[in-house]
Amino acid sequence: MLEKIVFKDKLDGLLDKLGREYGLFAPVKDGIHTVWTAVFKAGDLDWNFTNTDLSPKGFLFPQTECMLVFENDPGSTEGMILKQPEPEDRPKALFNIRPCDAKAFAVLDLVFEQDPEKPDVYWKEKRGKTLLLGLACNNPCPACFCTSVNCGPHHTDGLDILMQDLGDRLLLTPVSPRAEGFISDLDHASEKDIKLASELEQKAVGMIKGRVNMENIQAGSIIDVFEHSAWERLHESCINCGTCTFYCPTCHCFDIQDETSGVYGRRVRNWDTCMSPLFTLHASGHNPRGGKLARFRQRFMHKFKYMPFRLKGALGCVGCGRCTQKCPVNIDVRHVVNKINNN
Amino acid sequence: MINPYLPYPVRIRDVRVATEDKSLRTFELEFINSEDARAFDYLPGQFAELSIAGCGEAPIGIASSPTEGDNLLFTVFRAGKVTSRLHNMNPGDIMGVRGPLGNPYPFDKIRGKNVVIIAGGYAVTTLRSTMIWLLHPDNRDNFGDITFIYGARTPGMLLYMQVIQEWEKSGQVEVYITIDREVPGWDRHVGFVPQIVEKVSPSPDNSVALICGPPVMIRFTQPGLDKIGWKGDQIILSMENRMKCGIGICGRCNVGPYYVCKDGPVFTKVQLDMLPKEY
Amino acid sequence: MQELIKQIRDSARQLLEEGKVHCVIGYRQGSIPMRAQPYFAYTPEEADNLTWSCFCTHNLAKYLIGRKEPSAIVAQGCVTRNIAGLIQENQVKRENIFILGLNSPGMIDHRRVQARLPGKIIHEVLEVSDHLVISGPGFEEKFLKRDVKRDNCYTCTNRNPVIYDQLIGEKGEETGGGNIDKVAAPWEGLGSDERWKRFQETFKECIRCYACRDACPLCYCRECFVDESRPQWCGKTVDESDVYAFHILRAFHCAGRCTDCGACESACPVGIKMRRLTSKIEKDIREMYGFTPGLDTEAIPPLSVYRPDDSEEFMRK
Repeated sequence: MLEKIVFKDKLDGLLDKLGREYGLFAPVKDGIHTVWTAVFKAGDLDWNFTNTDLSPKGFLFPQTECMLVFENDPGSTEGMILKQPEPEDRPKALFNIRPCDAKAFAVLDLVFEQDPEKPDVYWKEKRGKTLLLGLACNNPCPACFCTSVNCGPHHTDGLDILMQDLGDRLLLTPVSPRAEGFISDLDHASEKDIKLASELEQKAVGMIKGRVNMENIQAGSIIDVFEHSAWERLHESCINCGTCTFYCPTCHCFDIQDETSGVYGRRVRNWDTCMSPLFTLHASGHNPRGGKLARFRQRFMHKFKYMPFRLKGALGCVGCGRCTQKCPVNIDVRHVVNKINNN
Repeated sequence: MINPYLPYPVRIRDVRVATEDKSLRTFELEFINSEDARAFDYLPGQFAELSIAGCGEAPIGIASSPTEGDNLLFTVFRAGKVTSRLHNMNPGDIMGVRGPLGNPYPFDKIRGKNVVIIAGGYAVTTLRSTMIWLLHPDNRDNFGDITFIYGARTPGMLLYMQVIQEWEKSGQVEVYITIDREVPGWDRHVGFVPQIVEKVSPSPDNSVALICGPPVMIRFTQPGLDKIGWKGDQIILSMENRMKCGIGICGRCNVGPYYVCKDGPVFTKVQLDMLPKEY
Repeated sequence: MQELIKQIRDSARQLLEEGKVHCVIGYRQGSIPMRAQPYFAYTPEEADNLTWSCFCTHNLAKYLIGRKEPSAIVAQGCVTRNIAGLIQENQVKRENIFILGLNSPGMIDHRRVQARLPGKIIHEVLEVSDHLVISGPGFEEKFLKRDVKRDNCYTCTNRNPVIYDQLIGEKGEETGGGNIDKVAAPWEGLGSDERWKRFQETFKECIRCYACRDACPLCYCRECFVDESRPQWCGKTVDESDVYAFHILRAFHCAGRCTDCGACESACPVGIKMRRLTSKIEKDIREMYGFTPGLDTEAIPPLSVYRPDDSEEFMRK
């Protein structure tokens, strides 16, 4: 039996042990926001949050990230030659990450490490030294639909340890081998607690009323889904801001920009968004996605048709509901997908 | 770990104005480290990100052939921020090259076939590379007849005329050069590329066409080829879209589920016919 | 509220049946609590999806820009002011639109509601006359609407439509009750260091999604300065300097045109209070030029006009 049990007020031992190797971060409330925050002791943890406002993708894929540096001086010997800066980040442990967000990391692994010979080094370097200790959802929010998209409130994909909240104590299940050492000295869980955790999972699954259906999207040809008549009405209210893409835990498109300040120069990447006309604008002025409909459609095609096509069925959506909650005009991803799924 | 975003440092060896309107320049780039030249293992049809520190990157088709030695040739149209900066750079300046990126023309699959090359304007660059490569003694015998059809607006806008004349003289290639409108002293073809293709009427038997040109040329060339019996899987096109990462991650250059940078830039017409026209 | 909804639907249905307009732009019920979705009704049947509530925070005037077919629009006071501004700026043709004007009840700031219920997951919010009834797993609460309104709705000066073709319901109170001149420009009296500090605190969490810009009916430039690459006016990172440059430039670009509709703050997913900046600019415009935007389809905003005899008294002081 692998499951361990730990009381919430006795978590300091585990946190100390983790803290020796990792910088610890956890969701903590700041006013009405829930924000990833550095934590040091059990008392810093919040057990009554739904999920963080922004997903934790920024830990591995920061909104602005320095990729390369150079000496901005053509006269010097090494001038204008781009170099990779030393990675600085201390390993991090994300404590109480929600299963949907961990699942998103597993999806992004498929994107950033699609070429094992030449992975995206910035992602891989940080991913390799980030520990994910997930907190299962017992009380999903109204915008959630994780159970429809290969995920679930107690899902373990991407996690190192799953923690299920039994009230005053946590049931810990190791998922990856690297997690086991941290919980090996904790007490074994009782049959009763394991059963309780399983009941909580069933209950949470039952609370998720949001459903999306995508059999027809998956079965249809790319052109048929692309040319679906419903896009016309679905896109109308979209204002083409980047909110959905920035809050999405799996959106990963980026832009690369060079910047200089005196003799210091750097190449940075910034989150980008397919909602922006600039995203696809050719230098000639031609824009293959010049219209709002085309941009709106791209986001959903990418997540529900193109990514599964490329990534052996993996969806670009984990059902966290952030896009629906944050959209300024309340475009609901569930509604969009269900409409497109109707032939 | 190899960093796919890290360009190889190169020095500009030579810059030549390539067209009468000075909108195109050809850059010869020399690797600063010889091991980088070896690592940069490419075939015609591939492209590279030309990388100028402090300015950015632009994806440009490789105009040289690997059979020509270690230096790389790029003929660059002045269009955006990076290419404009590049046009102001001089021999001796340091920049970067990231690649090779994308897929070459499918030479393995087209072995033994006749090759019809159809090029319009400055899109001829990777087809120059292709021609040099095909005509190299190591490769020439692996292919059948080679036909080269190339057009530009005016005689002064034609690229690479010196080497094209050499191909012509060698007798190994049928060369058709055209300009849009008559010009005194011009004794070659006159008319748009699609018209010349119809006139030449290349046989589809055991043949492939490699086409690279502006969208309008591609649009009007296809019906001409269809008419004389060419099938979609014989027509191989090179696409363009805005790119950044060059390795299928940053998300902007997709045509349907395919990234032009990683899965292209070379596609068959059959493939493109099944995809949204987002290019 | 039910009566207003019925009138909106009836009017919309009639306009569509008579073929007077191609579509009616309004709101429909949102998919999650405290949201209303902008909605486009094209058929008489679709008119029945239209609704009206105190969650109609998005400024629909934005959707009129570039619309060729005749359209009707459901518009409360601030939205009609933006329509007037768009007519003046030649972005909308008056004869092309049919305004279903109505008094604004003052819109709810859903963040304010959530802030009063820390840790609670809100599943449903109902409007019951001047109250909201909020419920979720294990709780039900009742708040007075006026306690959880958006900031700009407290200081609204034009709740009634400024221009309209048909009035829905009756005109009501003209103002939100607060005095905009007293609460505008909250940093005005502070020293420059303190002002800078408050400014930083207000804007530092910006993620540059541009929801504020894209929700704003004033922002219709074909290419926003922030998107221009040659020259590039503003960096693309979330470093402070780039974030601040964006917000300062955008605010100034809207000077003398902003109706204080609050769409920017409602749209912001982070909850940034950009009105702290824009309200100062609008206050200056009122004081220096005696101008209030959007009250007249003819009046040119002071910073959009040049006259050789402009006195600019305040500049000589």
